[in-house]
Amino acid sequence: MKIMTCPVNGPRAISEFSYGGEIRTMPDPATCSDDAWADYIFNRNGSPGVKCEWWCHTPSNTWFVAERDTARDVILRTYLYTVAS
Amino acid sequence: MRLPPQSSEWITRSKPLRFRFEGRAYAGFEGDSVASALAASGVSVLGHSFKYHRPRGILSAANHDVNALMQAGGTPNVRADAMPLAEGMALTAVNTFGTLERDAGRFLSGFARFLPVGFYYKAFHSKRLFPLWERMFRAMTGLGRVDFATPRLRTPKRYGFCEVLVVGAGPSGLSAALAAAEQGAEVVLVDEQARLGGSTHGASDLIDQVTAHPRIRVFTETFAAGYYADHWVPLVEPNRITKMRARAVVVAAGAYEQPAVFRYNDLPGIMLASAAQRLIRRYAVRPAQRVVVLAANADAYRALQDFIDAGIEVAAMIDLRDAVPADQQSMLAALHIPLHAGHCIVEAISSGKRVAAVRIAAVGAATPATNIACDGVFMSVGWAPAAPLLYQAGTKMRYDEGVHQFVPDTLPDGVFACGRVNGIHTPAARLLDGERAGSAAAAHCGFGTMKAVSVPAEAESPTHPWPIVSHPKGKNFIDFDEDLQLADLENAIQEGFDNIELMKRYSTVGMGPSQGKHSNMNALRVLARATGSTPGEVGTTTARPFFHPVLMSHLAGRGFTPERRTPMHPRHEAAGAVWMPAGVWQRPEYYAVAWQSRAACIEGEVLAVRQGIGLIDVGTLGKLEIRGPQAAEFLERVYISKYVGLKVGMTRYAVMCDESGVVIDDGVVARLADDHFYFTTTTSGAALIYRELSRWNTLWKLDCGLVNLTGAMAAMNLAGPKAKSVLAGLTDVDLSFPYLAVREGSVAGVPARLLRVGFVGEWGVEIHVPAEHGAAVWDALMEAGKPHGIRPFGVEAQRLLRLEKGHIIIGQDTDGLTTPGEAALDWAVKMDKALFVGQRSLQAIAGKPRRQQLIGFMLPADHAGDAPKECHLVIENGEIAGRVTSIAWSPALARHIGLAYVRSDMATEGQVFSIRLSDGSMVMANVVKTPFYDPDNLRQKEPA
Repeated sequence: MKIMTCPVNGPRAISEFSYGGEIRTMPDPATCSDDAWADYIFNRNGSPGVKCEWWCHTPSNTWFVAERDTARDVILRTYLYTVAS
Repeated sequence: MRLPPQSSEWITRSKPLRFRFEGRAYAGFEGDSVASALAASGVSVLGHSFKYHRPRGILSAANHDVNALMQAGGTPNVRADAMPLAEGMALTAVNTFGTLERDAGRFLSGFARFLPVGFYYKAFHSKRLFPLWERMFRAMTGLGRVDFATPRLRTPKRYGFCEVLVVGAGPSGLSAALAAAEQGAEVVLVDEQARLGGSTHGASDLIDQVTAHPRIRVFTETFAAGYYADHWVPLVEPNRITKMRARAVVVAAGAYEQPAVFRYNDLPGIMLASAAQRLIRRYAVRPAQRVVVLAANADAYRALQDFIDAGIEVAAMIDLRDAVPADQQSMLAALHIPLHAGHCIVEAISSGKRVAAVRIAAVGAATPATNIACDGVFMSVGWAPAAPLLYQAGTKMRYDEGVHQFVPDTLPDGVFACGRVNGIHTPAARLLDGERAGSAAAAHCGFGTMKAVSVPAEAESPTHPWPIVSHPKGKNFIDFDEDLQLADLENAIQEGFDNIELMKRYSTVGMGPSQGKHSNMNALRVLARATGSTPGEVGTTTARPFFHPVLMSHLAGRGFTPERRTPMHPRHEAAGAVWMPAGVWQRPEYYAVAWQSRAACIEGEVLAVRQGIGLIDVGTLGKLEIRGPQAAEFLERVYISKYVGLKVGMTRYAVMCDESGVVIDDGVVARLADDHFYFTTTTSGAALIYRELSRWNTLWKLDCGLVNLTGAMAAMNLAGPKAKSVLAGLTDVDLSFPYLAVREGSVAGVPARLLRVGFVGEWGVEIHVPAEHGAAVWDALMEAGKPHGIRPFGVEAQRLLRLEKGHIIIGQDTDGLTTPGEAALDWAVKMDKALFVGQRSLQAIAGKPRRQQLIGFMLPADHAGDAPKECHLVIENGEIAGRVTSIAWSPALARHIGLAYVRSDMATEGQVFSIRLSDGSMVMANVVKTPFYDPDNLRQKEPA
C-alpha cells in the first residue's frame, strides 16, 4: 500500500486518503460557450505525466494539493491549497 | 538411510516421531521434513506427476517440490519437502487414482502422444465435445481434496515496521543485515527456513553476530510473499501474517538451482546437488549410495566433499564444459573420481522405482558412449535468480552473459539486491556483496554513509547456457509441474506461440504450483534458441505475488469496513427490528411482530402513522452546521434554491447538483441565526457531501466554517395525527409554530432542535438532540405515546408513506444522469441566483428537449396478478421508454402507486403506458398527479 504525506498529519497509508480529481480552472460561466463548458465538465486529460490533484485526508477532512507523476506512480509533493499555488 | 550425527543437522534424535504415509507406518525425528523422514526410511517415490502420473521424488528439497504434494488429513497439497514432520501425521500422495503403489493413472504415460501441447485449447475448441472433455478433466485433475469439515482457523494479522527489511538469511543476507544494523538501522531479517545460514546450512559464523545484535529482529520459517508499493511486504509465518512496512528492502533471496534436461530426468533419485546437500547436512540422510554428478560449474565441485563425507560413492563426474578448470580436475584426481568433460547425460534408465543407470555421450554426439550404473544423479548445472520480489518492485533486469542469468539492472528507489540473485555466487564475494547492499540500504534510510565495497566479478559462469539434451523419444522434462517435455515447447513455438507470454499460456509452462521456479529459465532458453534470439531479448514472464502459495486462512479475516449504529440501536433491537444496510449504517427495515408477516408488520406501522402516531429513527441523516458571515452565501452556491432570504426560524428543502447539473443529494436547511444554519443530507451521502462541501470551501475561502454533527446528534421523526398532543407534554416549545419552521427548546429535559416537516404526510416534527441523550428521548416519546398506540416504524413504512406523498428519494428515484427538471424539481431551481454548482450546465440543457420525466402512476383499481417491481421497464411500441423507480401497494388508496421515468411526450396526466414484468407480460398504468395522498397537504400542516 502506498504512503501519502498529508501536509497536516504527515505520512499515512493511502487508504486514509480520498481522491478529488485534477485541479482545473473553471471557465467563466457567464462568458464561455456551451462547448467550452461541456469540455470543462466532461473531458479529463488521462495522459500519464505530472498531475496537480485534489486529495483529502478523510479522518481529519483535510483537503490539500498533491503533485503526482502518474507515469511513474510517484507522489512528488503535497501542500495546502492557497490561491497563489 | 540415516547418517551418523552431522555437525549441522537440524533433527533432534532424542525425539522420534511416528507417522503414516499411504497407510504404512514410518518413523522420523523432530526437525525432519516429511520428505527427509521418508528418504531416511528408503522411500524414493513421494508422489505422481500431474498429467502422466509418473513416479516422482525429491527434486529440490527447497519447498518447490510440487511432485511431492501430499494430503495431510484435511489439509490438501502440502509440500512434503517443506512440511515439518509431526507426531501421528497421516499422509497420502495426491494425483493418484487409488494408491501410490497401484495408481490406475499410470497408463497415461503411454498415451503422451495423445496429449499434445496446447491440449486444453485443442480439446475445448469443439463446442460439441466441450461437456465430454470437461467431465473427464474434472475427474482426472485437481490435485488435493478440500475437506469442508475442516475446523475454521483464525490466523492473526499484525502490522510491522522497520527501517531495513532483509529477505533471505544466506551469507549475503546475513552480511547485509549486520552491515545495516551496524550503521544504526533497525533491521528485520526473514528466511523461509527454520534456521539461518541458507546454503551454508547453519555453518556461517555470521549467525551468532546477527542473532545477538540488538537492532536485528529475526523471523525464521517466514517468507516474504510479495512486494507492494512503498516497501510493503507481507511476511507469512506459520501461524501469522505480518504486514511489514520498511523504508528500504534488501533482496538476498538467492537462486533456485536448475535441473538439466535429458530423457527420464524425472526419475526418483535424480535431484539437484543442492537438494542432496540439504538432505545430508540438515537431515543426516544419505539420498543415494552410488551417484553420478552432472556438473557445469564450481558449485558441483564444492558440493563434492559433502557427498564423500556422507559415504556416497561418486561413480563419475559428467561435466557439460569442455574445459574444466585445473583445480577442479585435480580435486577429482585426488578423490579418484573419473571425469567426463564435455559430456552430457542422454538418458536415465529406470529400475522401475528409481534411477538405475545413466547413458552418457559427448555433448552433441550422435550415439551414446557408455552406461554408468548408479542409484542417484546429482545435478549442478546452473541457477535462476529468486527475483520475484525484485520484479514486483519494478526492477529492470538484464541478462548477463557473464553469469548466464538475469541480474538487476536498474533498482527502484530503496530496493537493493545482493548475493546470488544479484549474480554473485562465490561464497566470499557474497559476503562482500551483502555488506555493500546492507550499508547502502542503511544509508538510504539516513543511517551512516554508504561503504565503498568492491565485489569481485565471477571468474566463470555458475550457470550453463544450454543444459538441455534433445532425444527422439522425448520424456526429457522441462516442467515437472505440468509434465512438459522439450518437444512440447518446440511444437508450441512451431505452432506460432513464439513469444514468451504466448508460449507460457499455450503450453502452461511455469503455470503449475511451483510457478516455473525450475522450468522458466530452461523454457526461455528453448524459445531463444528456436527463434534465434538471446534470453535477454526473449525476456521473462511476469512474477506476480505470492512467492509461495499462502493458506486462505492467512488471508481471510474480519472485514475492516465499519458499520455505524445510531444511539437508539439497542431500542430497535429490543423492539424486534429487522435490519437493513443503508450506506454505512444499519437501519430497521421494519419491526417484526410475532405471528405477523413482513407485509402485515409494515402495513401496521403505516397505519399507526396515518391514524395515530409513529416514531422513526432518522439519526442516519447527515447533519451539518455552518456558521459565519458568508454561511448563507455558501449554501446558495452549493444548493439550487435560495437561502440568503430564508427567515431565521424557518427551514427550506434543499437539492444539490454536481457541476454537470445532475441531482446528487437533498435535505433540509434550517436557519437558526443570521450567520448560523443547521442542515441535513441523505443517509448515504452524509460523508461524501460533507467532504465535497469542505473542498468547495477550501477553494472558495468564504468566511464560514463547516462542522459535521452526523455522529454527534441523534434525530427522530415523530409523526401522525396524535403526535402534537403527545409531544406537547414533553416540551417547553409552543407547538403552534408553523409548518416548515424550526425551534430550539427542550424535549424530555434535553436540549433539542425541532423541525416541522411533512416527509411522511402527517403532522410531524424532526427532533434533533445530542447523541448521548438520543435513547432517553426515544424512551420518553415511546412512553408518552403508549396510550395512543405509538409504534416505531422502519425504513419500509417510511418509503411507502413518502411515496403516497410523491416525495422522491435521491438515488432511488434519481440516477447518475437525472437533472432537477427530470425529477420534477423545477420549482426548486433558482436560475436567477448569481452562481451555484451545476447552474451553467442547467443553462446549457434548458433549451434542449427533456430526455425523460419523473411521473406518478397508478395501476387500475381492478388490477389483478403480479404488480411491476422497481426497475421494470416502460415499453412503448416495443421500445424502452422509461422505467419504474418506486412502486408499492398503498393501503390508504387501496391501489398500487408508483413513480416512473417516461418519455417527456408520455408524461401528461391521464396518459396510459405499459410496464413489462419479468415474465414478459405487460401491465397498464395511468399517469397521475402527485401527491397521491392528501393532495393539498392539509394533514401535515394542521393536526387532525
